[in-house]
Amino acid sequence: MPEQTKPEGAGLPEDQPVRPEDKADVRSPASWLPTVKVTAAAFLLALVVGAFLIVFSDQQTIESLGYFFDYPWDFFRYAGEAIYQSYWALLTGAVGSGRAISQTLERAAPLICAGLGVSLAFRTGLFNIGAQGQLLIGTILAGYVGFTWSMPPGLHLLVALIAGVLGGAAWGAISGLLKAKTGAHEVITTIMLNYVATSLLLYLLTKNAFQRPGSDNPRSLPAEESALFPSIGTTHTGVILAVIAAVGVWWLLERSTIGFEMRAVGANADAAATAGMSVGRAYTLAMLIAGALAGLAATMQILGRNDSLTANVAGSIGFDAITVALLGRATPLGTVLAGLLFGALAAGGIQMQASEAATPVSLTLVLQALIVLFVAAPALVRGVMRMKDTGGGATVMAKGWGS
Amino acid sequence: MGIVSTAVQTQGSAPQEPVVRDRADVRRQVKLVVVMAITTLLLLYFALSIDDPTVQYVLGERVSREFPPKDLAAGPVVWISFAVAAVALVLAVLNKVPKGWLGVLVYLAAGLAFYAGFIVWAYADQGEGFQAAIANPLPGTIEIATPLILGALAGVMCERAGVINIAIEGQFLMGAFFAAVFASLAFSAYMGLLGAVLAGVGLAALLALFSLRYLVNQVVLGVVLIALASGLTAFLLSQIPSDPEIRQYLNEPPRLEELPIPVLSDLPVVGQALFNQTLLVYLMYLSVAVVTFVLFQTRWGLRVRSVGEHPKAADTVGIKVNRVRWQAVLFGGVFAGLGGAYYTVGSTGSFDRDLSSGNGFIALAALIMGRWHPVGATFAALFFGFMWNLQSQLAFVDKIPGQLLGATPYLATIIAVAGFVGRVRPPAADGEPYVKS
Repeated sequence: MPEQTKPEGAGLPEDQPVRPEDKADVRSPASWLPTVKVTAAAFLLALVVGAFLIVFSDQQTIESLGYFFDYPWDFFRYAGEAIYQSYWALLTGAVGSGRAISQTLERAAPLICAGLGVSLAFRTGLFNIGAQGQLLIGTILAGYVGFTWSMPPGLHLLVALIAGVLGGAAWGAISGLLKAKTGAHEVITTIMLNYVATSLLLYLLTKNAFQRPGSDNPRSLPAEESALFPSIGTTHTGVILAVIAAVGVWWLLERSTIGFEMRAVGANADAAATAGMSVGRAYTLAMLIAGALAGLAATMQILGRNDSLTANVAGSIGFDAITVALLGRATPLGTVLAGLLFGALAAGGIQMQASEAATPVSLTLVLQALIVLFVAAPALVRGVMRMKDTGGGATVMAKGWGS
Repeated sequence: MGIVSTAVQTQGSAPQEPVVRDRADVRRQVKLVVVMAITTLLLLYFALSIDDPTVQYVLGERVSREFPPKDLAAGPVVWISFAVAAVALVLAVLNKVPKGWLGVLVYLAAGLAFYAGFIVWAYADQGEGFQAAIANPLPGTIEIATPLILGALAGVMCERAGVINIAIEGQFLMGAFFAAVFASLAFSAYMGLLGAVLAGVGLAALLALFSLRYLVNQVVLGVVLIALASGLTAFLLSQIPSDPEIRQYLNEPPRLEELPIPVLSDLPVVGQALFNQTLLVYLMYLSVAVVTFVLFQTRWGLRVRSVGEHPKAADTVGIKVNRVRWQAVLFGGVFAGLGGAYYTVGSTGSFDRDLSSGNGFIALAALIMGRWHPVGATFAALFFGFMWNLQSQLAFVDKIPGQLLGATPYLATIIAVAGFVGRVRPPAADGEPYVKS
């Protein structure tokens, strides 16, 4: 049974013993303070573990270990330098200049959109692993409209945007419908549809309609100027859409009837059905909207960054989106913050590799994972940091597999 | 589709009153008639559209001097397949498909007929020049299914004990990486297997620690562990210098050799495919048997299942819930690690970034499709392996575009899950941490 409790603590009663974390969920004016403290501590812990990896990856530092007992100071000096250089580059690469901030925002926007989709599905008790496939279909449609049709600016953007969103929505709805009609598990169908979408993209990229004229490379033209999001400075305005989408998802979940039904289904599908709600409709709608949000993420790549369609146009956004949604505890605000963090780490990671310490960019992947892990395990962080258990920081979400 | 569908069909058909039939039964018959009708029609189309009916086949995996291709007359094969499918269709329409093992035979025959007709059609009419020959599907199927089965077994062990394991992909990556490193360091592929097991168990220990001790949401945890394993292996890989002098000690492992089993490997058709394999494949056979036996025949297995279904009841009779869960998760890690070893020492050798390319998720799907049962998961993985092998063989024949063909195993899985497996029920306490009150 999918069990789900709203972070606000107004969820349905669980048959589990109340843990101290749950009790603290009752809103008091400063209830967020312990959460912030634990989260900050989790970051710190992740950075400390990351520092060890930096030391381990620095050539000079490793060499100084060879004569550690003669000149131990060398080791500490080199290690300190490597850690400082890496983290400073990470920070400046993420927020150190206007360009860096714009990079961070542009990387965060698709993560936020796709992450919102995963969050929404989560709240409905569905585990949507299919953001990647939904994104790919979105890129195909948005890209096709963007580089083949010619239309006046503005209108072209609108049509391409709608095409991308609809593509993602349709792809997501397949999983929802299959779950509603046949009970096929969404984890299976979304995983499989990811691969189907990849195959479809690869197939289309062999067709002349999708390739650059006079070229046989599996690479399309970028979308035309008239279909692009207008820019403010160096940042495209699609980023704003991500924020609007977050507000929309918040409204949908917290204020609308269908959102209430979705949360009810997510909390207890049987109870929702007994109360007269259509579980199948909630599943289908949730996956449809989740797909639409992933499609929106796709337009950020195609119409915002103006990427060409290639085999890895979506990178690993669809999978990172799952992590983003989980770090954001499946709430819209949390997803936005988590998306910004991941965007910053991605943008800063490139600078970090270029820095003198030459720390590989894959370190940011480890950092991301560690941050999520420690944020999700407040008990561990408190233990390590000798903090008092004041509650807060509990992660509550769909616990089971659903069925 | 044959195996999965038959298993489900026979399970569902309880003895019915001959006159009054409930809706589910009628729906089942309708579904069956539709499937059989499509099969028969497709076979008829295949039969009519073949112009040049000479097809070649080999019993081995590929054409070699030892095994020259033999000729096969496509015409009769397709028509016989059509006849078999038509008979099955008539039986389905009349609702006279026998119950029990005879019924299974009918479905199996229809499935085989479709496969034979389809494959003959696909290989016919290749025109002049290079002629691809129909190869034995078994070796490829086993090869692809081996890591999937091992991964799914890891999932079975964890989830039967009530711990959701999404991190199979992460265990694969760690297993693959440390298999490569251990094997390179020791110049022995078998040491690689040891490294893989240690890595798999290591990640399983993290899974157990965070889910059982720190009560982290297990879905979150699984996703995070995949990200961690992916990042960590990529990071460590980037630390291996490209200098061949050093690299050969870290990431150029020897590969597992094939060990033919004396008598069995000489069997016709199946011998080479099943019994001339690497140690890893034999370990896979053994693992399926061991997991099935342990889970369903031993006292410990009963405990594992009880803490996965109703931990409170298990606790009441004195079973240490979290201890049993720890044991089950660690035990599962052995198989996932071995599955990861397939990707380095078991097949290509060196480790590369994100080498298992999402196969851990397929193993997860196989686990769910197999209804959290080791044998069911094995058949699901074999089904997937069979479809994948089929598409990779057909890629040599230009009848269907290769990229679209690549989607068929995944589409087939969706159809199988939506059409025949349907709603599945996980272990009751799957994903719920147990806190003693």
